[in-house]
Amino acid sequence: MIERLYNIDQISLLLQGKLNKEVTCFGIESTAHTFSCSVVSSSDVTHGNILSDFGSVFSPPPGSGIHPREASRHHIEVAPKVVKRSLVQARMNMKEVDAIAFSAGPGLGPCLRVGATIARSLSLYHDKPLIPVNHATGHIELAMMLTGAKEPIVLLVSGGHTLITAFSLGRWRIFGETLDLTVGQLIDQFGREIGFSSPSGQRIEELAKKSSKYIPLPYTVKGNDVSFSGILTSAKKLFHEGKDLESLCFSIQEIAFAMLAEVTERALAFTEKREVLLAGGVAANRRLQEMLGEVGMRHGANLFVVPKEYSGDCGAQIAWTGLLAHLAGVSVDAEKSFVRQSWRLDQVDVKWRD
Amino acid sequence: MERLMRRGAEADIYLGEWFGKEAILKIRKPKPYRQKELDMEIRKRRTLHEASFLVEARKAGVLTPLVYFIDPKNAEIVMQYIKGMRLREMIFDQRANVDELCSEVGRSIAKLHGSSIIHGDLTTSNFLVVDNSTLIFIDFGLAFFSQRLEDMAVDLHLMKEVLTSAHSEVADRAFSLILKGYESIAGANRVKDLTRKMGEIERRGRYARVE
Repeated sequence: MIERLYNIDQISLLLQGKLNKEVTCFGIESTAHTFSCSVVSSSDVTHGNILSDFGSVFSPPPGSGIHPREASRHHIEVAPKVVKRSLVQARMNMKEVDAIAFSAGPGLGPCLRVGATIARSLSLYHDKPLIPVNHATGHIELAMMLTGAKEPIVLLVSGGHTLITAFSLGRWRIFGETLDLTVGQLIDQFGREIGFSSPSGQRIEELAKKSSKYIPLPYTVKGNDVSFSGILTSAKKLFHEGKDLESLCFSIQEIAFAMLAEVTERALAFTEKREVLLAGGVAANRRLQEMLGEVGMRHGANLFVVPKEYSGDCGAQIAWTGLLAHLAGVSVDAEKSFVRQSWRLDQVDVKWRD
Repeated sequence: MERLMRRGAEADIYLGEWFGKEAILKIRKPKPYRQKELDMEIRKRRTLHEASFLVEARKAGVLTPLVYFIDPKNAEIVMQYIKGMRLREMIFDQRANVDELCSEVGRSIAKLHGSSIIHGDLTTSNFLVVDNSTLIFIDFGLAFFSQRLEDMAVDLHLMKEVLTSAHSEVADRAFSLILKGYESIAGANRVKDLTRKMGEIERRGRYARVE
């Protein structure tokens, strides 16, 4: 049994910069296409406490997706450089950090294992506590820290996740999620079909801006859940029948985002919360932000959007969450630090929140 | 004149009068963030579905408000005003008879499914409780007819999701009572099939445990 280093009150003091001690955490993100490292310190909760965040993204050839083996090979190749650069950027050496965190899941097995192996070695060699971090929790925690959202309904949208969640009784509770593809997969897989390389969100968004012609695609909302597979199948079919690409991109965004806006609105009306937080890679999309802004306004809730540079996968999400977990006394022995490819957000015990 | 009672996710609910009786006016207002064409279609379709399934559900033996008037073009429904408490609040307040109400929810869902009606939006805020005992189902905007096991299992899956997210502390108990109530109408074999199908649906989700 590991004792808590700090209680919840102390953690919140620490986060307000009132506890007289700076704690630092080194984090490694390697769930999918991104290998990234970061050092985060807890002297305050402003943007400034991300001391460094440096990464390298594996990009598959146009028209194909992320092959786990190829991506993990990329991670192994870039790892030494990324680890070093992130320390240099933070002007620190490994001896000075207080804990080492890694993304333990969910994600692609071979990719996760690269990050975990490096984290274990560093932890054992430098005798530092090893902190397993759930990748989805990382997205949410970093977004909350950067935006100042306190008790939000969170819409987490990325290549790996599409869900609506709110915190209650020690866990992130999932109000709704996708029943099949994530919205990131919808966009990337359509992008792949038309010959783009993944991730293709930005290029699709640009194409979508050039059209305002709406082509009906299946709108599938089941209670608080959504399903995107119908949109993907129809859009691919229409593309091969010669429908113009710009209108297709426009319509995919309009319909998929309207579905997300609707289920977010449902969760917001149900929970009567006053904050909506948009996190994950797809949060960078302006059209989605616009729609959610309107949803928030209708229900008197503020919209918080994670800053673009930290919306995608990054080391900072792991380092920051690792730091919070470390302060709450979470750690794992290297021998037991398995990665978990299917570690759902609602299975994470969040010990650092009330 | 009408008075805004509640602003839901989908519609605004007003309390007013209909030929001298207290009545609810439910308006699905346009959502500016949606494409006009899509928005019109969704609002109109859901208004029509709601009105017809409020009636269908009653035929299946589940209590619902009476429909007085519908205007699909403006996505408006006028229906009977029922003074009651939402089950959501009763669970929050830890009322004594919540257990019995959960069983009744299960029995009612089984009756709907028995008549091929899928509610499509089973949440604790869509069950009204009158006099602490009588259960009324509302919000049939996402309802549809189906005899597929899959659709019924998704219906129950949504119910379970709402309980685990919004009522975490009582979720397991409440859901097992709902299943028991369901079983008393539909039989044990049916519930076994449904539970198996729900497992399949959950495993299809993101990062579900493969066991």
